[in-house]
Amino acid sequence: MRTFGSLLVRGLVVGLFAGLLAGTFAYAVGESRVDAAIAIEESGGHAHTHAHEEDHHEDPLVSRDGQRAGLFLATSLYGVALGGLFAVAFTLLRRKLRTGNDAYAALGLAAAGFVGIVLVPFLKYPPNPPAVGDPDTITRRTVTYLLTLVIGLLAVWAGVALSRWAARYGEVARLAGGVAGLVVTVVAAYLILPRINEVPETFPATLLWQFRFASLGTQATLWLLLGFGYAVAVDRRPIRSKVAAA
Amino acid sequence: MAVPAQSVAVPALSSKLLAAALLSVGVMLLLAYLVGFDQGAVSRSGMYLHELMHDGRHLLGVPCH
Repeated sequence: MRTFGSLLVRGLVVGLFAGLLAGTFAYAVGESRVDAAIAIEESGGHAHTHAHEEDHHEDPLVSRDGQRAGLFLATSLYGVALGGLFAVAFTLLRRKLRTGNDAYAALGLAAAGFVGIVLVPFLKYPPNPPAVGDPDTITRRTVTYLLTLVIGLLAVWAGVALSRWAARYGEVARLAGGVAGLVVTVVAAYLILPRINEVPETFPATLLWQFRFASLGTQATLWLLLGFGYAVAVDRRPIRSKVAAA
Repeated sequence: MAVPAQSVAVPALSSKLLAAALLSVGVMLLLAYLVGFDQGAVSRSGMYLHELMHDGRHLLGVPCH
């Protein structure tokens, strides 16, 4: 058995590693899309100017190079935070997961986290590059984003609960129950939540979606590495018992 | 049908464990807030950290200006 401290430290370390590599993905794939969007922003591609953007333009607090480096800081810190939360979730939920294999348990939790925290919010409120988004609605967009995140986790829980209930009717029913619990919750929430579209008419659709897929890829990288990294980290026998076994 | 839950690696639930878990969640959420949403209120750096992590926030899918 591992102590909570040991499980937590593994989560933090794996999270840091996953965040750094997600940052590398974002740097390689996403930065050019952010630059392209900022170029449109600065060419006056859309009408509104405001204090926040003026900070960017006239007296930048952080240069573009600084922001490119800051990308790694952001993804690393975010990775550490997610890794810690993942470790807590693993500790508290491990007994509820019906597998005797800790690595599978970690992978299952990561898949659930990716669907709930990334995919469900992404499909309702796809992320936007700079130059898209009205600063006056940031509070509303933040609240609805966080709501989709909570709903995503609830939907995953609903899927698991329904699949376990339906399991008595056979294997296909178990799978169908899982899908139904997830999809019905998500669709119902999508219908209730407000529609938000602040993409300027003139903003290039290709660039918009290239950015969005870069963002999805960044988060997918983070969760993939978190899942597989934690699976490896938690599966490792203490060195002493390896020596004893040898 | 239900397979008895086997636990291989985690400690038994206790109030001490729950307290440690709760504290960890609090710290992790604060860290995530710092990256995703803070505009100086927590970091005490004005908008510096916010601007520094601007690209990361966009690419991590957090709504931004």
